[in-house]
Amino acid sequence: MTLRHITDRAGEWLRGEGPRSDVVISSRVRLARNLAGYPFVSKAGRRQQFEVLERCREQVVSKRLADEVIWVDLSDSPAMDRQLLVERHLISRQHAAGENKTPRAVAIGSDETWAVMVNEEDHMRLQVLRSGMQLGDAYAQAQRIDDVLEEKLDFSFSRRFGYLTACPTNVGTGLRVSVMMHLPGLVISREIEKVKRAARDMHLAVRGLFGEGSEHLGDLFQVSNQTTLGKAEEEILSEFEHTVVPNIIEYENQARQALARQRSALLDDKIWRAWGVLTHARALATDELLQMLSHVRLGVNLGRLTEIDIRTVNELFLLSQPAHLQAVLQEDLDPAARRVARADLVRRKLGGH
Amino acid sequence: MKKKCDQCDRPATHHAIEIVAGEKIETHLCDYHAAESGLSVKAGHTPINQLLTNFVKVHSGAQKQEDQETSEDACEDCGTTFAAFRESSLLGCPTCYTTFDERLSPLIARAHEGARRHVGKAPRRAGVGHRRQLQLTRMRRRLDEAVQAEDYELAARLRDDIGQLEQETA
Repeated sequence: MTLRHITDRAGEWLRGEGPRSDVVISSRVRLARNLAGYPFVSKAGRRQQFEVLERCREQVVSKRLADEVIWVDLSDSPAMDRQLLVERHLISRQHAAGENKTPRAVAIGSDETWAVMVNEEDHMRLQVLRSGMQLGDAYAQAQRIDDVLEEKLDFSFSRRFGYLTACPTNVGTGLRVSVMMHLPGLVISREIEKVKRAARDMHLAVRGLFGEGSEHLGDLFQVSNQTTLGKAEEEILSEFEHTVVPNIIEYENQARQALARQRSALLDDKIWRAWGVLTHARALATDELLQMLSHVRLGVNLGRLTEIDIRTVNELFLLSQPAHLQAVLQEDLDPAARRVARADLVRRKLGGH
Repeated sequence: MKKKCDQCDRPATHHAIEIVAGEKIETHLCDYHAAESGLSVKAGHTPINQLLTNFVKVHSGAQKQEDQETSEDACEDCGTTFAAFRESSLLGCPTCYTTFDERLSPLIARAHEGARRHVGKAPRRAGVGHRRQLQLTRMRRRLDEAVQAEDYELAARLRDDIGQLEQETA
């Protein structure tokens, strides 16, 4: 199994299935862990970094975790492969870039529901992904993997501060819970800033599709906890499952209903205009495509657009990203050629003209 | 018709009407200028590390500390100084949590809604004790120094000792 095998599929988090998938695209749980007896990554010497990498590899590439685990050495992999992994949310942009040539890698369960980044900011960052609102399942799997790993690895832990992490903002549980939500209703009705402010008051972070600085892309927002100390894992999780996510879903649905009731023509215009662009454009930039896809996705979810299914829309969110586009077409393209190829791909998938 | 921002050509998204001395003053601003004028909070564009760095700077009395900063401030295990932490928001090793306890714990409490203690999961296995962890960290550092100084005899000895210590704890 190699990296190439996973590019033809849409990946777990974009399957577009699972509970509440009209609003919740995916659920993600991340645990930060560091090996005891070593400095954190940024202060470890080269030899120690290699040692940490090897120790983690021995445990992570293990039959106890999955039948098949893909181990990608990021230090000597092509930039395109790394970009591909970023687009699939299997590694962070930071991990792809790799400051100071730190030896680093990612292990990926072959079903792509989990990945372990080694030597990112912390020695290990385990993440589990699920489509739709499935935080409980994701967390349960993360716990299982963590338990298996800690049978053989000693993690840096203090009774007072919990799991010790390089950045004290992650200390304690090391748990980051994120939910990716599609909120076009709140964006169109300009209520999104209110929701963001409310989220911040609750000590939550709101970021875009690819983290900081991508807030405007496709009306997709990742909501995650900032507090990792002083709350048990179950408490953090339960706040998300029972308060945070249901509330945002409720706001979004209210916004969608209000638009449908009061500004029906405007709503239809946005949906059909987007459909028109996607089925006829001859060149599409990523940002524009994501925006159009967002409106089309809204149209499908409201039952106003029945030409395609939600799965195809979700697939396009991913396949039209630069690295995926080139992997699908199997050629290197400059940005201008990419825009043309992207429009071709979209028209083909949507049966356009 | 959509209003333009008072200060540029972008569409205005933030509108304010003030009544000053009986006179109505309207303000229309785009996201950017609204954030700049303080009419709205510009959301999420500051990288989290930067936020933390700023936060640390403000709350740790950066200036006062800078005057006092001496080599004594460095973590004895990894050499990280508090100034370096302020810059990168990254600690160098587990011992840093103890070394900088006094200055760090108020920051940690502020970043975590006032919490000062972990209440969640703990590794099921007791694992190596704290002292053992420290010992290993230090020996590994000395090993690195020995290799760098090309003192291979010392390096070999340290490697054996580390191996033995690891065996004992496994």
